[in-house]
Amino acid sequence: MTIDALGAILLIPAISAALLAILPGYLLTAKLNVVAAFATFLTSLSLFVIEPTSGQYLLLDDLNKVFIVLTTFVGFTTSVFSASYIHHEIETGRLTPAFLRFYHAMYQTLMFAMNLALVANNIGLMWVAVEMATLTTVLMVGIYRTHEALEAAWKYFILGSVGIALALFGTILVYMAARPAVGEGLDGMVWTVLVKHAAQFDPALLNVAFVFLLLGYGTKVGLAPLHAWLPDAHAEGPTPISAVLSGLLLNVALYALLRFKMMLAVNSAAIAPGPLMVTMGLISVIFAALMLYRRRDIKRMFAYSSIEHMGIIVFAFGMGGPLANFAGLLHMTMHSLTKSAIFFAVGHIAQVKGTQKIADIGGLTVTNPALGWGLMLGVIAIVGLPPLGIFMSEFLVVSSTFARAPWLTVILVLGIIIALGGLFLRVGAVMFGEPKGKTAPAEASYVPMFTHLGLVLMAGIYLPPVLVTGFQNVAKLLG
Amino acid sequence: MSSLQFDIAHLLAGSLVLASFMMLYQDRLYALLNVYALHAGVLALSVAWQAYVQHAPHLYVTALIALVFKAIIIPVALHRIIRQLGIHREIENVIGVGLTMMAGIGLVALSMVVMLRVTPGADALAREDLAFALSVLLLGLLIMVTRRNAVSQVVGFMSLENGLVLAATGAKGMPLVVEISVAFSVLIAFIVIGIFLFRIRERFDSVDVQELDRFRGERR
Repeated sequence: MTIDALGAILLIPAISAALLAILPGYLLTAKLNVVAAFATFLTSLSLFVIEPTSGQYLLLDDLNKVFIVLTTFVGFTTSVFSASYIHHEIETGRLTPAFLRFYHAMYQTLMFAMNLALVANNIGLMWVAVEMATLTTVLMVGIYRTHEALEAAWKYFILGSVGIALALFGTILVYMAARPAVGEGLDGMVWTVLVKHAAQFDPALLNVAFVFLLLGYGTKVGLAPLHAWLPDAHAEGPTPISAVLSGLLLNVALYALLRFKMMLAVNSAAIAPGPLMVTMGLISVIFAALMLYRRRDIKRMFAYSSIEHMGIIVFAFGMGGPLANFAGLLHMTMHSLTKSAIFFAVGHIAQVKGTQKIADIGGLTVTNPALGWGLMLGVIAIVGLPPLGIFMSEFLVVSSTFARAPWLTVILVLGIIIALGGLFLRVGAVMFGEPKGKTAPAEASYVPMFTHLGLVLMAGIYLPPVLVTGFQNVAKLLG
Repeated sequence: MSSLQFDIAHLLAGSLVLASFMMLYQDRLYALLNVYALHAGVLALSVAWQAYVQHAPHLYVTALIALVFKAIIIPVALHRIIRQLGIHREIENVIGVGLTMMAGIGLVALSMVVMLRVTPGADALAREDLAFALSVLLLGLLIMVTRRNAVSQVVGFMSLENGLVLAATGAKGMPLVVEISVAFSVLIAFIVIGIFLFRIRERFDSVDVQELDRFRGERR
């Protein structure tokens, strides 16, 4: 059997995970981690040139191509950031080489699990992959082994497991609904087969299944009121993992949800998943925006901002239609790039200042100009000010939904504005107040951060037509 | 399927719900673990019966996992952990036993109403199994939210997972059942090892709000 690109994006991380678990020396393994992530990214780009055929287990279409390229790209840039981040952690003694070996192996295992969830054509396999991604991130969140980190990991573990259990029940119900039409055996779980026959499924059973899937995978997306694990996991784990969690893992769970939404859309008798998603999205936006005002930990603050943005994205996909889907997809891409860039900056800032408490960080633009302005640019982007990419995608979300549901859109805009106020209020002192904390120059790698911000800026000014047509195709696919 | 086969399957699935109810009112950890072992044993019987009725030999593997891993190894390991770490043996309930039982009855009624109403087309055995499985799942969630200490939350989660295995085996011909039950066993093993390694003692025992604030990094 020859291995095509789809197999390769699974094999490269899997083999590297095994290698990284054995090899000693963190300088070498950090480099190897970057090389492996880069190789995976290059392989994912090749999907555009040579398209492998989908089988019973693996699938490739326009939708997951976008997700795969985004995941492998952010996975690669984060590995570059991670190399300089862990260098500092070793020096300060927060992590030991033995833990680092484990950390790198887990990083590649996580990449493997996320890629598997994205290419799986079997809803059972997809579920296993999401579970695996959850487990690896739990282990990484608890890696500092402080009381707080262990509590956060435990909380994430329990809530994540419950979410995953509900998702499995939903998956079983989908199989039950499919069995009369598709027949017993493997076909009953193959996504492409399910979509083809979804019109004949029992709508009542499909409705119940979707509710469980929404609650289950929605927990992993971090939708309020199922978000409780998210701020703790972001705040207490290593910052590269916060970047991957916010930038990628939330997207992967959302992807799983979108696949099931597409299935339900085929069956006209089933409930429309849209209103459910719109409601949860709006609740998340408003709730997270209000929560931003009382945050005292900088990583927790940006974790709440992630909940807000996932809310916006789910809102856009929930509204549906080519334009709103396009906007949701663009917003998801922009959010992944911006939020991981912010976490790159925050990671180095927390290392320089030796604290994550907002009150103890001040005057960053004076003491560490590159980091300070980098974070400032990231915050300007994330709150949705022009001319950056998120302004454009938020504008598209609002304009594409305003005609159809003016009141809902007003609530959404209100949430975005409240969040803008909250973030600026908190970040202002960090940026411009009198210098506080240690003022040592940072040994940071600025390349990943400014690459992401550059891409976001470019997207805000000019979107390449190739990208636009690509996204339009996906939007059509999503219905 | 003969009516006797159906009755036995029905009896075993019903016993699983009953075992879940028994877990609801235990107030000692060792007793809770023993009931969990019973729960897993009943699951193993139920899955084995399904394997026999459906002529699906691979389900015997799932039954064997349930018997060896869940009914024997995990309870024994947890017994040892409790003894070695000196975890409190009494379980603190958030709400009273009477109220918890009432809530449990409500949840079972809810799952019967929901599942029986949406599956008129499916065969009788699968319908009943799904309804029972959802009851076990919801009762597992109830155990998790009404208990304060980590071990009993884990036991609640494991009983919830037994409900899922029941649902998966009830769905006739479902692929990947064995793989999924293995994946879940790995998850549970992780949790149990997690308790041991992380030395999580009597979590949430303290109602000290400051402790909570410190954990959230929100104290001034």
